Formats: sequence, structure tokens, C-alpha cells
Amino acid sequence: MKRTAGLCALLAAAAAAPAVATEWAALPGATGFRTVLAYEDTQNGVRVAPFELLRHPVTNAEFLAFVRSNPQWRRGGVPAVFAESRYLQHWTADQEPGAAQSRQPVVQVSWFAAQAYCKALGARLPSWLEWEYAAAADSTRADARQDPAWRERQLTWYAQPSTTPLAPVASQPPDLHGVYDLHGLVWEWVDDAGALLISADNRDQGAADRLQFCGAGALSAADRENYAVLMRIALLSALKASDTTANLGFRCARNLPPGEKKP
Amino acid sequence: MKPAWTGLLAGLLLNGAACAAGALPGDSLYHFDARFSDQNGHEFTLRERRGKAQIVTLFYTSCRYVCPLIIDSAKNVEQALTPAQRERLAFLIVSLDPDRDDTAALHSVVDKRRLDPARWTLARTDKQSLRQLAALIDIRYRELADGEFNHTSALVLVDAEGRIAGRSDGLEGGLDAGFVGVVKAVLGK
Repeated sequence: MKRTAGLCALLAAAAAAPAVATEWAALPGATGFRTVLAYEDTQNGVRVAPFELLRHPVTNAEFLAFVRSNPQWRRGGVPAVFAESRYLQHWTADQEPGAAQSRQPVVQVSWFAAQAYCKALGARLPSWLEWEYAAAADSTRADARQDPAWRERQLTWYAQPSTTPLAPVASQPPDLHGVYDLHGLVWEWVDDAGALLISADNRDQGAADRLQFCGAGALSAADRENYAVLMRIALLSALKASDTTANLGFRCARNLPPGEKKP
Repeated sequence: MKPAWTGLLAGLLLNGAACAAGALPGDSLYHFDARFSDQNGHEFTLRERRGKAQIVTLFYTSCRYVCPLIIDSAKNVEQALTPAQRERLAFLIVSLDPDRDDTAALHSVVDKRRLDPARWTLARTDKQSLRQLAALIDIRYRELADGEFNHTSALVLVDAEGRIAGRSDGLEGGLDAGFVGVVKAVLGK
């Protein structure tokens, strides 16, 4: 009897988890990865441990499944401190994406909501470094960033007006890791968005601002040519964690299962 | 019949009490349900601090430069208040460095800086909750490879219902008179 009850509880828990297709790509990571963030401790490159990343940004359909099983994250019920009033405002109702197509990436989601979604998957948001590393790839190279053609391609998207409807996820070809849409579709939250130490308040280096920092100062860019990636940082560092925008979505990451050491 | 009545009445009274406490406002930090542990190892949630205004900030004990100034500036605010106002204000200072700032390390800061434990709470939480708390009060921080931290400094005033009522950004030395004015307005005379 007891065992049955335990099993039932387990089944109930499984049913409460969002019913989404979790398609993960394994990324090998890198040593000596050159981040565009020129902190004093990143000058000689940093290590990115192997991890897994959702192949495409979370879609409206996937997020709908999440809010269905997690009522506290429905549009009407979430406290403003975790998501501002524009949270999911493009849906017609709490559980009605309406014109927002099921395969379009979900947008108008706060950092707290994105975190909660990933947690429900047993995952987390990627760190900035993981996102930047993943987004350095193209279809044949793990790091295509020095290729002027790569840079040009990324910038073309940023120059497009944001009024055109978002394409369905995975409309573009995948990169060599099998990941879609890191560029060219939406901006994406990262777990440590709050670690990007440039904000409207701190950008200038006036005497009064210097004391805002404990330890060495604010961020500067090691690779000023990489505008496409720098724009991401500028956006993320300007947002509060409860903010949402019409072009900002997310995807989840997770550590490799224990014992599974990929090269 | 009578006992049932009494039960019903008690139930109504309890409900009444719950209503008096009221639902939390949507922009209250007290919706955040992470667990913290103070300088005595006592566990608490932010919601348990409802009912009293507080100044919230982040620091870490091994930080030599700005962090002592953070406590100084919080003390400056405290000293600018009347004794009655002081009684109505609490301080919550949460460590950025839960790996190294254990209960004993927090307790030693309370002792060394002569902080009144009736009003000052130094606390720690897990790293995920810390990142969320920092997001809620809009303090940015980054752990460096050598175990130090870069972080912005701010004193954040939270009212009795958990709403952010004011903040003092940066530590310009001396007293932030504008901020003290806001604190006094929130505390009343």
C-alpha cells in the first residue's frame, strides 16, 4: 500500500513537470576561450566546462505547458516583483497564446520566469560564458568569430526592424553542435545577467562611481569588433530581472550527467 | 452545537487576523521564499521580517576596501535617526561569499563592528538564492577567479511590507542626506 502511494506521488510529480520535448545538444567546452569581456582575470582565456544546451529557444507551446502545470507563473498570478506588467502580454489570456504561434520562441518573459522554467526541467539558464562560447560557432567551426563574414551575418539581423513577426524556432540551419538560433531570432537571458557589471549607473568612470565597486572596476571589451555580441551584453546589463521585452526569450542549459565526461 | 459554534467563530476570528495581516503587495520582496541563516545559525525567510522596515545590502567578510565602508555607511544612517526611529529599523546584510562566510565569520563581524544584534542581521544563503536576492535589490556582482568579488554597492531601503522604498547608490563618503530623509519618511517620527 505504502509503495503504491509512493509510486502515485512519483507519477503525480512527473505529471506536474512541463510536458515539453527536451532536445539537448552536448557541447564539448573549451580551454582558453577568448571572451569579449575584458575582466582582469579573463585576459588569458577561460575554461568552459562541457555542458548541454537546448537546441532551440523555448517556444510558446513549451512555455504554455509550463504555466499550465505551474499556476504561480501564469500572467495574472505572478507577483510584480518577479515579472513586470508586460509579462506574456502578447498572449490573449493566461493560458491562451492566441496569435503567438506554438513554434515561435516565447518572449516577454522575465529572468525569474526563465529561471523557474529551467528549474522545472531539472536544468538552469546558461551562464553568459556558456552562451557566448556556444554562439561563437558556425556550421563548420566551433569558433568562427574572427571571420568577417560571420560578423557581417550577425550584424545583418540586428539591422532588421524588430516589427516583423518572429520566425518559428529552428528555421535557420543548425551550427556544428546541432544548436539553432543563437543569432538571428531573439535575445536570450543568461543566469548571471546580474554579473555583467555595466549599467546605466556605472558606465562612466567618474570619481563617485569608482566607489560603487569592490575590487577592480567595471567591464570593458577585449574585442571591440564583435559588435553583435557586445550588443547582447549592453542589453542584458541594462535590464532588471523582472523586465520583459518583445525580443527577449531564453533557453536552458544543464551540466552533463555525472560520469559522462565528453572530450 | 455550542462547541461547533465556537469553532466556527474561532475560525472566523483567525481568518480576520489573516486578513488584517493582508496579502502581500505584488512588488514585495517577501514573495521571495529562499532560506537564510544568520550570525547565530538561526534560519529565517525574508517574509518572517515583515512588519519592520529594513535596510538590505550585500557584502563579504574578506573584502578589505569597500565592504567596511558599506557597514560604515549603514551605521551612519542609523546614527542620523532618533532613538524611536532606530527601534523601528532593521539591517540585513547578506554575504556574497557563502563558501567562506560561515556562521562564525558572520558572528565575528557583528562583534568586531559592535553591531547591535537586536537590529543587525548578517546572513548567508545558497548561491542561487543569492543571485536572485541581488536581482531583486538590483545589486550586481561577479566572482573573480581568485575568489574576490566585483560588486556594486547600495543600501536598499525596504518598507514593512517588503517594497523597495529607496536606495543609496555608491558610497560617496559621509552621509547620504537624501537617503536619510527617505528612511525617516518611511519610519515616521
